[in-house]
Amino acid sequence: MQAAILEAQNITLRFGGLEALNGVSFSIAPNQIVGIIGPNGAGKTTLLNAITGVYALDSGEIFFQGIPLSGLKSFQITGLGINRTFQQVQLFSQMTVLENVMVGMHPRTKSGFLGGILHLPGERKEEKGIRKQAETLLEFFGLQAKANWLASHLSVGEQKRLELGRALASQPSLLFLDEPVAGLNIREMEEMGDLIIRLRENGQTVVLVEHNMHLVMGISDWVIVLNNGSKISEGRPEAMQRDSRVVEAYLGS
Amino acid sequence: MGKKNKIALLTYASIIFLVPAILQNNYHLMVLNVAALNIIVVIGLNLLMGYAGQISLGHAAFFGLGAYLSAVLTTTYGLPPWIMLFLAMGITGLVSYAIGIPTLKLEGHYLVMATLGFSIIIYIFMLQLDGVTGGPSGFAGIPRLRIGSLTFDSDRKIFYLLWPVSIGVLMLSLNLIHSRVGRAMAALSHNEIAARCSGIDTETYKVKIFVISAVLASLAGSLYAHYITFISPGTFSFFYSIQVVTMVLVGGMGSLWGSVFGAVLLTLLPEVLHAVKEYNVLIYGAILMVVLIFFPEGLLPGMVRTWGKRRSGGGSFSRQPTALEKRG
Amino acid sequence: MTLYLQVLQFLLSGLTMGSTYALIGIGFSLIHNATGIVNFAQGEFVMLGGMFMITFFSFLRLPMPVAFFLTVLSVAAVGLLLEQGPIRRARSKEILILVMITVGASISIKGLSMLLWGKNPMTLPPFSGDAPIVLLGAAIMPQSLWTFAITVIVVVGLNYFFKGTLIGKAMRAVAASRRSALLTGIPVDRMILLSFTFSGALGAVAGMILTPITTTSYDAGVMLGLKGFSAAILGGYGSMPGAVVGGLFLGVLESLSAGLISSEYKDALAFFILLTVLFFKPSGILGRGRLRRV
Repeated sequence: MQAAILEAQNITLRFGGLEALNGVSFSIAPNQIVGIIGPNGAGKTTLLNAITGVYALDSGEIFFQGIPLSGLKSFQITGLGINRTFQQVQLFSQMTVLENVMVGMHPRTKSGFLGGILHLPGERKEEKGIRKQAETLLEFFGLQAKANWLASHLSVGEQKRLELGRALASQPSLLFLDEPVAGLNIREMEEMGDLIIRLRENGQTVVLVEHNMHLVMGISDWVIVLNNGSKISEGRPEAMQRDSRVVEAYLGS
Repeated sequence: MGKKNKIALLTYASIIFLVPAILQNNYHLMVLNVAALNIIVVIGLNLLMGYAGQISLGHAAFFGLGAYLSAVLTTTYGLPPWIMLFLAMGITGLVSYAIGIPTLKLEGHYLVMATLGFSIIIYIFMLQLDGVTGGPSGFAGIPRLRIGSLTFDSDRKIFYLLWPVSIGVLMLSLNLIHSRVGRAMAALSHNEIAARCSGIDTETYKVKIFVISAVLASLAGSLYAHYITFISPGTFSFFYSIQVVTMVLVGGMGSLWGSVFGAVLLTLLPEVLHAVKEYNVLIYGAILMVVLIFFPEGLLPGMVRTWGKRRSGGGSFSRQPTALEKRG
Repeated sequence: MTLYLQVLQFLLSGLTMGSTYALIGIGFSLIHNATGIVNFAQGEFVMLGGMFMITFFSFLRLPMPVAFFLTVLSVAAVGLLLEQGPIRRARSKEILILVMITVGASISIKGLSMLLWGKNPMTLPPFSGDAPIVLLGAAIMPQSLWTFAITVIVVVGLNYFFKGTLIGKAMRAVAASRRSALLTGIPVDRMILLSFTFSGALGAVAGMILTPITTTSYDAGVMLGLKGFSAAILGGYGSMPGAVVGGLFLGVLESLSAGLISSEYKDALAFFILLTVLFFKPSGILGRGRLRRV
């Protein structure tokens, strides 16, 4: 059995007097699609923010490929190989579609101030490579025709795909998607679902934080259920649909 | 940096090259020389404001540090001017690093206050350490710069030193903006959280940009000292800090060509306002407010926007320039 | 004079200046709490307070209470105009831009004052004469007592206003969370207008009690504003007790160092203190560290 790619041990996070996460533990196996579900306020996005370094834990530990994440800053965590998308799309709206993806490649590239200022040959070569790779990614997402558009001019569905493209540009081993189909129509939702499955087929590990049961139960290999900051259950999607605690959590909220 | 910028640079440099042949009045040349130096300061400040999203109200202090360090080290101690110029840049860099590290982690207004406080402290030291700096009456006798047997002792000659340096700074900055670092900086200025999650070390970048902006101001200050050969604290007051920030805003935050425009325009403006001496402070403040209220994106882009609306009969459906086109 | 007496003297004059710094600092906090911006024109409000008082009292020979009242009204009006005009009309709501607009306003006000009142320093007579009162061996100027008294009245009054009246509570709500305030029906725009008007009035009061002690001139505003801002940051930006503590602390430290060490670097000290606080405890003396996001 492969070692878990991410392991959370008894993590707790408080905001003032409110306990947003309370002793949550779980592990995520590589090359899976894992869904994290729970009613509103269950702590799903908080969990995501804690893992990606936006919030600091009050207690507990998170291990990524064996490396403890506590105390690391967001950009360092991204450098290790974790990336994410946001509930409300956080693009660089005044930059072009292509540039957004090129920024995503930042942690995998290295030319610095000197190279940039003096336009050194090493920097020039790297820039060409960045541009090519970004264009390839755009093709994968079907956005290459709009490469020079301002990101803010894309449709919601396209913006979500762009954000996903930007996250993938950093070649993450673990990808978190925060409500990737919120605000999408049925067709766009199915396209996104297909995209996520293709990612898994390419070896990616994807964690979905989602409200949309159809999507989560449809494509996940494993589901973790949160409620009120605690994990109340986890298992295969079919089992979760029948689990009384899960049903109760949703009906009772 | 793209073809457009290269052509623009070439055109710009050519025009500048021809100016002294056309302009005979030495006073006018001097004003332009000062403009060249202001461009250097303003470009640095624009990198800070337009890309790190921070405001410094203390760049007069970095400008002044360059000036006084060069002045004192070369005049009082007779040390070689070019080396002292670079030493001053190094010292200013260290000082700005020390200020930037703690403050850039916090919200924007902390840097505003820190740079403000710092620049007032420096100003007071300039006034009070009169044994070293000459105090309020200033410091005279600063040696001219020399390259080999050529001494830059006239407005005309130094024009061909200051402007190439100024154009060089513009060119290198354009290079930076169009590089991986420049892209990261642009991302930082648009959406800091997304930039961090994209793997950009925003804190370190902010500090580095701040240091670069301070070092550029120091360079300009040293050149200024060796040009005018006389400096006094009045040149490096709080008002100068305000002036350079205004120049950035008039040109448009994030636009380096805009900075050139803003710097030249607002260097010429006080010369024009000189005629209305008593009113110059009021008019300056009024211009600052008007530009900020009605053209917050910069004077040129703002005017294009208003004029564009009128021509197409209102509505903003005209195609916006892409960020790639705007860049530069 | 023995050292004890000297120190006492410095302490008293420090507390006097500190009280005015406190008032100026409260003005900064008020606007920052309501809008998130730093109002660089605050110092000019103080300068205008002195100038208007001189105009009403010394030039127009109006009785002191009337002149006092008119001055407060006038500068409050300036604050109101600043908010209704430049701030409200600005096309961009970005904090940095609005802050720079206040910088522009402060320069304009300074320029206008230069035209209206000239460049020479001017002063006001102290409110109740200048015969010093001897207390515990040290001499206190009556003006200092006025300063303490008025500051206390203002602080107590503001405290009651914010805790005890509906409008005051509404302003606190806006400071805590603008969105929630909007949702509960509080007219946020009007609260912002109020904060500017109040800050104008506070500046006027500070200017009036300060001018008999330090004289005033068209460019006095810059330094005072900066020191008041330092006081606010020192005590914990955004809090009224913080501004008071910060102001008094700053005033005393400034006075002691000017008297005991050197008076030329007195102003530099104020900013040196500011920088030190910013570097080591940015939340200020009274401030609590906020939830630190990684």
